[in-house]
Amino acid sequence: MKILVPIKRVPDPALKTKVKDGAIDLTGANWVVNPFDEYAVETALRLLENGEAGARVAGAEIVVVTIGPEDAAQQLRSALATGADRAIRVDAEDKALDAGVVVAALVQIIAAEKPDLVILGKQAVDGDANQVGQMLAGKLGWAQATFAASVELAADQKSVLVGREVDAGVEYKRIGTPGILTVDLRIVSPHSVKNNVTPATFAYPDGPRYASLKGIMAAKKKPMDVKKLSDYGVTTTPVTREVGIELPAARAAGQIVADIPTLVKKLADEAKAI
Amino acid sequence: MAFRGLDYYGIDELLTDEERLVRDTVRDFVDRAILPGIGKHWSAGTFPMELVAHFGELGLLGSSLTGYGCAGTSPTAYGLICQELERGDSGIRSFASVQSSLVMFPIHAFGSEEQKERWLPAMAAGKAIGCFGLTEPDFGSNPNGMLTSAVRTADGYRLNGTKRWITNGNIAQVALVWAKLDGVVRGFLVPTETPGFTARTIDGKWSLRASVTSELHLEDVNVGEDAILPGVSGMRGPLSCLSQARFGICYGAVGAAMACYDEALSYAKDRVQFSRPIAGYQLVQRKLVDMVSEITKAQLLAFRLGRLKESGKLTAGQISLAKRNNVSIARDIARDARDILGANGVTDDYQCGRHMLNLESVYTYEGTHDIHTLVVGQDVTGLAAFDR
Ligand SMILES: Cc1cc2nc3c(=O)[nH]c(=O)nc-3n(C[C@H](O)[C@H](O)[C@H](O)COP(=O)(O)OP(=O)(O)OC[C@H]3O[C@@H](n4cnc5c(N)ncnc54)[C@H](O)[C@@H]3O)c2cc1C
Repeated sequence: MKILVPIKRVPDPALKTKVKDGAIDLTGANWVVNPFDEYAVETALRLLENGEAGARVAGAEIVVVTIGPEDAAQQLRSALATGADRAIRVDAEDKALDAGVVVAALVQIIAAEKPDLVILGKQAVDGDANQVGQMLAGKLGWAQATFAASVELAADQKSVLVGREVDAGVEYKRIGTPGILTVDLRIVSPHSVKNNVTPATFAYPDGPRYASLKGIMAAKKKPMDVKKLSDYGVTTTPVTREVGIELPAARAAGQIVADIPTLVKKLADEAKAI
Repeated sequence: MAFRGLDYYGIDELLTDEERLVRDTVRDFVDRAILPGIGKHWSAGTFPMELVAHFGELGLLGSSLTGYGCAGTSPTAYGLICQELERGDSGIRSFASVQSSLVMFPIHAFGSEEQKERWLPAMAAGKAIGCFGLTEPDFGSNPNGMLTSAVRTADGYRLNGTKRWITNGNIAQVALVWAKLDGVVRGFLVPTETPGFTARTIDGKWSLRASVTSELHLEDVNVGEDAILPGVSGMRGPLSCLSQARFGICYGAVGAAMACYDEALSYAKDRVQFSRPIAGYQLVQRKLVDMVSEITKAQLLAFRLGRLKESGKLTAGQISLAKRNNVSIARDIARDARDILGANGVTDDYQCGRHMLNLESVYTYEGTHDIHTLVVGQDVTGLAAFDR
C-alpha cells in the first residue's frame, strides 16, 4: 500500500504574529510542519506498521510532498526522520501559490505516483482555509472523508472506515481506495488508528511520534526529488488575492464596577448586552 | 509556550539541518516529558527513572558513537542534546553525560569487541546504565593520587577501594572503576552485582537533587580477565573521557543559562512595580543585557568547539577554557535571574533557583573552575602552577 502525504510549512503557531507595513512580517520566522500535517504523517505511519513490533508492513510506502521554496526541504526532512520513505519538493515561492495551484500540482503528482490513499491535515494553521483536501477529491473524482478522528484500514486494504466527530456524535463513513482523508486532532490519540496488524490492545503515546536520532541520521540518505511546477505542466496561477492584513483590535481594558445594579445598568446601557 | 532559546547572533544558521532537527526534537521532548515533573523530582531528591527508556528510544545515549545501536550524530549534535537536556535540568544532563561520554565512549574507544557487544547496545537502548568511578574521598582534583587498587589473580583481578561522588552509582548495572594496577591507572568494567561491590547514596545534597550520587565500596571484588579495558593505560584513559563529557557540559551550561534568561525576561516584562514593568528599569535591563551578551559569547565558544572537534583539532586547553567560562556565566546568570524574580525566585514554582543550585555542582565537577584556570594558565604560560 502506498500513501501520499502532502505537507505544508507554516510559521510557528506558538509565536505571536507580527504585522509590518500592511503585511505579515516573516523575517526571522520559525517555520514548522503544519501540526495537522504532522498528524497526517503519523496516521500514515500507524496505518502501515505493526506499532507494537515497531516494524513496517512489507511493501508499504509513504511519500511526503511539499510545494514550496528551498527552505521547506527542512520540513520534508523532519517527516522523513519520523519514518516517511521518500520526499518530493515542488519548487515554488509562497506567493505563487494558493489552494487552486497546490491542488493542480497535487493532481499531477498523484497521477504519477498512484497512491492508494492521500492523507492531509484538515487545514493549515496559517490561513486556516480548509480547502485542499476537498478540492483535490473533487478534481480527482475520488471519495473523501474529512476531519477524521479515527480510521481503520480494512484487512483487504480496499477501504477505510473513518470516524468523524460531528455535532450529534461520531459519524462513521467507509470509503474505498483510492481515496482522500483529511485528519483532525483526535487522530493521534492512542487507539485512533487501526490496521488489523497492530494488536488492538496496543496503545500509542498521545500525539505524533518524535523523530529518533537514528531516524534523523537515516533521513539524510532518503531520496528527495526536486521538481518545478512546469515539470507537472501546471500553469494555473493564484486566484485568491491578499487585500490587506490587520491585527484584530486590541481589547479595551476591563472595568471594575461597585455593585450588581451598576453592572446590570452598564450591561443594558453601554454594552447593550441585555 | 514552547521554549525558543536565545539566538541573538543568528548562530542557528551555522548549524546543519540535521543538527537543528536533533536540537528541536530534544527541545520538544524536554518540554513535554521532562519539565512537567522535574520540579517534583528535584524536591523529592529522586531521579526520574521513567525517562531512561525514552532516552533510549530517541537515541540520545551515546548518540555520537557509531555502530552498536548508536545514532552516529555529529559532535555538535551531541552538544546540542546536552544543551537541551540541561535546559531541563543539570541532573538529567549529568545522567546522559555519564552514560554517553564517561562510560559508553571509553568502551567504544578502548574496549574489546566482547566488551562493546556486551554493553554498548544495551546502554544505547537505556536497558543498562553505567557509572564512572574516578573521584575518591581524598582525591578529587588530583585523581592521579587514587588509592583504589587492582591486583592480578589466577583468573583476573581483585579490586579494593572507595569511590565517592559517583553519578548514577546506585542505579548502574556497570561501573567503570579506575584503579591502579602495578602503579598504573587502568579502567575496569565491574558489573555492580559482583560480590564485594556496594553502593550507598549520598543524600542531603542541595544541588543536582534530581540525579543519583553515590559512594562505591569495593571490597575484594573479583573480576575476570575480560573486565579490564585493554586499549588504554595511565591517566590518559579517564582524562579522555572527561574531555568528551566537558565538551557536552560547555553546551549544557548554555542550556541552563538560556532557561534562566527566558524565565527572567518574561517575569520582568510581567511584574509591575512602581510605574511600570520592572523590565523597563535600567538596572534590570542591565542584568538582562549582560545575560544576552554572556549567553551569546558562550554559544559562540560552544559552537566553535564543536567544529574544532569535528575537524580533529580540538585541544584540552580549548575545552577547559569553554567549560570554565560557560559554567561560570551560567551560574552568574542563574543568580541574576533569581534576583530578578524577587521572592518568587526562591520557590520551586520557578526554575531559576533549581538551576542556580544545580550549577554549583557543575562548577565543581568535571574539573573545578579553578583547576581549569590552571590548565589554561599552564597552556598559555608554559608553567604548571600545580604539581602534576
Ligand atoms: C554532584 C556531583 C557529581 C559527581 N559525579 C562524579 C562522577 O560521576 N564520577 C567521578 O569520578 N566524580 C564525580 N564527582 C566528583 C568531582 O569530579 C569532584 O568533586 C571534583 O573533581 C573536585 O574534587 P573535590 O570535590 O575533591 O574538591 P577538591 O579537589 O578538594 O577541591 C576543593 C577546592 O580546592 C581547589 N583546588 C584543588 N587543587 C587546587 C590547586 N592545585 N590549586 C588551586 N586550587 C585548588 C578546587 O578548585 C576547589 O575550589 C561529582 C561531584 C559532584 C558534586
